This record gives sequence, C-alpha cells and structure tokens, in this order.
Amino acid sequence: MSWADLNLMPALPEIFLLTALSVILVLDLFLSDAKRGITYGLTLLTLLGCAVLTLTTWVPYPETTFSGMFVDDPVSDLAKIGLYIAVAVTLVYTRQYADNHGIFKGEYYTLTLFSLLGMMVMVSSSHFLTLYIGLELLSLALYALIALKRDSTPALEAAMKYFVLGALASGMLLYGMSMLYGATGSLFLVEVANDIASGQANSMLVVFGIVFVVAGLAFKLGAVPFHMWVPDVYHGSPTAITLMIGAAPKIAAMVFVWRILAQGLGAAVADWQMMLVVLAVLSMALGNITAIAQTNLKRMFAYSTVSHMGFLLVGILAGTEAGYTAALFYILVYVLMSLAGFGILLLLSRAGFDCETLDDLKGLNQKNSWYALLMLFAMFSMAGIPPLAGFYAKFAVLKAAVDVGLVWLAVVGVVFSLVGAFYYLRVVKCMYFDEPNDEPVPAARPDMKLVLSLNAVALLVLGVVPDSLLTLCVDAMKQSLSVVAGA
Amino acid sequence: MSFQEVVFYVLSAIVLYSGLRVVTAKNPVHAALFLVLAFFSAAGHWLLMQAEFLAIALVLVYVGAVMVLFLFVVMMLDINFEKLHEGFWRHLPLAGTVAVIMIVEMVMVLLSPSADLSSMNEIAPLAEGMSNVRELGLQIYTTYLLPFELAAVLLLLAIVAAIALTMRKRKDTKYIDPAVQVRVQRADRVRVLKMDAEPRANADTDNNESAA
Repeated sequence: MSWADLNLMPALPEIFLLTALSVILVLDLFLSDAKRGITYGLTLLTLLGCAVLTLTTWVPYPETTFSGMFVDDPVSDLAKIGLYIAVAVTLVYTRQYADNHGIFKGEYYTLTLFSLLGMMVMVSSSHFLTLYIGLELLSLALYALIALKRDSTPALEAAMKYFVLGALASGMLLYGMSMLYGATGSLFLVEVANDIASGQANSMLVVFGIVFVVAGLAFKLGAVPFHMWVPDVYHGSPTAITLMIGAAPKIAAMVFVWRILAQGLGAAVADWQMMLVVLAVLSMALGNITAIAQTNLKRMFAYSTVSHMGFLLVGILAGTEAGYTAALFYILVYVLMSLAGFGILLLLSRAGFDCETLDDLKGLNQKNSWYALLMLFAMFSMAGIPPLAGFYAKFAVLKAAVDVGLVWLAVVGVVFSLVGAFYYLRVVKCMYFDEPNDEPVPAARPDMKLVLSLNAVALLVLGVVPDSLLTLCVDAMKQSLSVVAGA
Repeated sequence: MSFQEVVFYVLSAIVLYSGLRVVTAKNPVHAALFLVLAFFSAAGHWLLMQAEFLAIALVLVYVGAVMVLFLFVVMMLDINFEKLHEGFWRHLPLAGTVAVIMIVEMVMVLLSPSADLSSMNEIAPLAEGMSNVRELGLQIYTTYLLPFELAAVLLLLAIVAAIALTMRKRKDTKYIDPAVQVRVQRADRVRVLKMDAEPRANADTDNNESAA
C-alpha cells in the first residue's frame, strides 16, 4: 500500500467525527458553565454531520480501505445510523438530568463522542487489531463516564466493577484472538475465514480460540454466566450513564459479534453454535426469572437486558443470513425500547431525586396519562406483545431458530418471554391501577418530550408496519454477506 | 573471541550483576537505579543484534520515562522498606525452589532438539541501505496506519478521562483577584444608613441591676 491509493472516503464519517471531537474538546475549555449548552449543541450537530456523511457515502457493497483493516458495508452503515440516532436521543434525554446531577460538563460530551468513535470502529473493522482497539475505545470512555459523578460512591463502585470485569473480558477476547492467529497466521477476518474454510487451520487451536472469543463476547454482551456486572453497573451508574451503556453500545456489540462469529469464524459455525445455545438459554431463563424479584427499575432493566441478549444470541446462533438479519432488526428495536423506557425514568427524575423504583411510578396515569402511555408502549414492546415492535423482533429471531431445526430453543424462548411479561406488566399495573404518590411530575424540556413521544410512538409504528426497517436490514445483510463469501 | 563477543559478555555481566542488585539492594533508590542500569545494558544487547530502533526506544521509554516515574513513586510514597525485607530469609527456601524450577524448565526447553538453537547463532548482517527504522516506519504508516492512529486516539481519550476524573476546581479556595480589588468603589464596601436616633429603652433596668 502506498499513500497514493489510500482511499479515505469509506472512513469519512469517522474522520469527521474525530476532527469535530477535537474541535469540541478545545472549544469547550473556553466556555463557562453557563454556556455549556453550546457544547451540547455542537455535539448534536456533529452527530448530524456524521449521519449526512454516512448516508452520502452509502454504497450497496462492502468497500475496504486502510489495507483491508477497515470495511464500510451496508450493515456497518445501517448500524452507524442506528448509533447516531441512539446517541443523539440519549443526549437529548439526559440534557436536563445531567444539569440536575452535576455531570453537565464538557467531558460528558467529549467522552460520549469518544465512545461513539469506538463503536463506529467496532462495526467497521475487518481486522482483529482494529476490532479490539475499537472495543477498548468504547470501554475506556464508558468507564470514565460512569465515574464522572465523582462524589457518588455507588457510581465509583460501578465504574470499578465495570473496569475490572471489562479488563478481564478483554483479556479473554485477546487470548482467543491470539489462538486464532496462531491457528491461521492472520488477523484479517477474511483470511481467518478462508483458512478455516479450507481446512488449513489447526482445528483444535481454532476451537480453543473460539471458546475464549465467545466467552469474551458474552462478557461484553452481558450473557449468562458472564452477566454479573450488568445489574451492578446499571444500578450504580447515574441513570443518564445507564442509558448511555444500555442503548447505543448494544448495536455496536451485536455487529461486533456478527463480524467475528459470522464473518471471521463462519466456517466453524458448528463449533460456536452450541456454546451460544447454552448462553442464550441461560440468559433468557436467568434474566427473566431474576427480573421478577427486582423492585428497582434500573436493576430490573439490567436483568431484562440480559434476557434480551439471550434472544439476540438466538438469532445469531442460527448461523444463517435470516438469523443475522433478525438479530440486527432485534437489536435496533431493542435499543429503541430501552431508550423509551429509560427516557421516562429520566423524565421523572429531578435534582436530588432519581426515579428508579416501582413505587416512583405508582399512579403515573393519574398524574400524566401521556407519559404513562409512552411507558406502556415501551413495556409492552419489551414484553413482546403485539402489535408493538418488540413482538415482531422476537418473532423474527425465533423463526430463524425454527428454520435451522432448533424448535425446542424457540419454545424455550416463548416460555421465558411469557415469564418476562409478568414484570413488564407489573410496571403497567403500577402506573394504571395503584394510588398515586405525592411526588409531582417535574416539568420537562419540550425537545425531550417531543423526542420521547416520537420514540415511543415509533415502537407502535414499527410494530404495525415493520417492513421498512426490516427491508433495510435484509438488504444490508444480503449485500454485506454476499461479497465476503465470494472474496 | 571477536569484538562483538567481548561486548556481549561485558554487557551480560553488567545485566546479571545489576539484576541481582535490584533485589538485594537495601536502599530502594539504589534498586531502581540498578534497574535503570539493567535496562540500559539490555538496550546494548539489542544494538548488537542491529535492532537500533528498539534499543533507543528502550532507553527513551523505559529508562527515560518509566523508571523516572518509578523513582518518583519510591521517593514520594512513604514505604517502610525495613519491613519489606524482614521475611527475606524466611521466604528464601520457597523462592529458591521456584527459581530453580524455572531455570530447569528454561534449560530443558532451550536444549531440546526442537528448539534448534544451533541454527540461530549467526545474525545475518543487514543488507546495504536497509534500516530498521525505515522498515518499521513503512509498516506503521502504511499497513498499520489505522490501528496506529486509533491507538493515538486511545491515548488522547486516556488523557481526557484522567483529567476529567481527577481535576477538581476548588470553589472554596480564597484567592485574590487584583483586577477586582482595583475596581472596587467605596459604595461596594461601605453602606451609609440614615436613621433616627432612638432613646435607650432599657436605661432604667440597667440602673436597677447595677444597684442590686
């Protein structure tokens, strides 16, 4: 490679983001606390700019650059658009909360942009080294974001736990990658895939590598038995940061898993399929059952995340194009649901008070029926009740599992989603049938109210007409996979 | 014995001696300085193997930066080193056993036929005009450009995160702003109140008390 044939176009959104990030980093130093809104506005503008660049450089086939370490394919473009929306919505929701809880600082925005850059690198890497650096970029930014509220002991404890366990997971992932490197002699996903497919690789070493890679990935996703950090981190972090961890990074993690397992280790699908089945069943079971016992909503959402990751794995472990598509659709819908659910919690929090227990939602319908309705959409969607988007997402992943002959797994999935429906419906019961407490509903910024309404209504719209998003997912997955198979 | 061999043995002797002194030195500052010496001599070994870039990097990074930080830590933290040395003789049998096992393992690995050390005793001289630095640079700035740049971003992130987590603006410090002092007006400091004089209401009670 020489400089002359270095094609920067596919990486244009990342380059723009890094440039804008550096500008914001410096500019923010000259702003007083009262003018911090400028940083907020610039951050949202940056996201808009990235979205425009991603859309204008969208091509219906994979493009590689940086000596094949960076790939820009429709799946990564779709995921990036999802990331921009998730991060932008998160920032809009947390604007007031951050102000009330002393984390409305320039670093809050720059660290968020750093984590976004990490996520974009994760979804666009086709080399183990860049995949890993992207993951670290995301993780480091998140550790710091959790600890940003320095005087809160739970937040510091959560940051410490996340940091130590995250480092452990990274170590496992790297160990697995090094074994795969030993077996195939390459860090490029395409070459790893070709080596395994042609049978040149030492299959014993490949299997060992896969075990460690899957364990590392399960840690990052929060799948049982590697889920112990999820409830503590979700609970300990300020709600704004919980949303930051719980929304956008899930999209990046899904594409990350897809790149490694489907694109890199696709030929060894028989080896990792059973591991994922175990992870998926355990996650759906433990996540849904433990969530019933939670009265803290953040903890409940954490266990619900664990169970949703189980469903996501059901889609991926099918190992088919339909399965990957279902998983991609599932994760996009899941992020929308979790944004709406946490959005309500953020909306009802004010200075010195975090809305985070079931009691805090009591009788919300009497106090503000619109908010209660929005929360109802989010809850019904998470429970998978038609006609909301969550139903269709669950249906798609379970169908993918049935298509590859895993009928029993689909039955397990349905049974546990029924178990899960209990605690989602309990939230609804709390809002509609319990006597209201005397906590007033705080006044919210109009932009937040608007975005939150759009977000929750989108769940209904996507549930009634899922075709538009589903077609996008199907096309993106088809276009991304077809060329890799032929490469 | 060629000149290179003489240099090699001299450097090795220094590395071994300073390595031993790192663990045996009573004064922790001396131990850290001996570690510097060990690194420096090891850099000499790399030079012998024509890896001049790695040698310079070792001196710059480890000797120049990491060890200086080590020294700072040793000097700034008040560690009771007498206490650390206390169990030396007690733990020696266990530590010695571990060391002997490690030596035996290394000897077995290095002497096994599959290690094939005999094929490694010649370092082929580099071709004319070939430079490690150039080759490394070419790799880093072409093939590995993306990971290299991303690693730089990672470092920037580490700096931002570290500052965000540790820098505290102390709102309660009392400091003097000369500009404010100069600009001050009399009206800012002194408030003149106009009020009517009032009679002493409790004059009688005072007198009574003093009389009592």
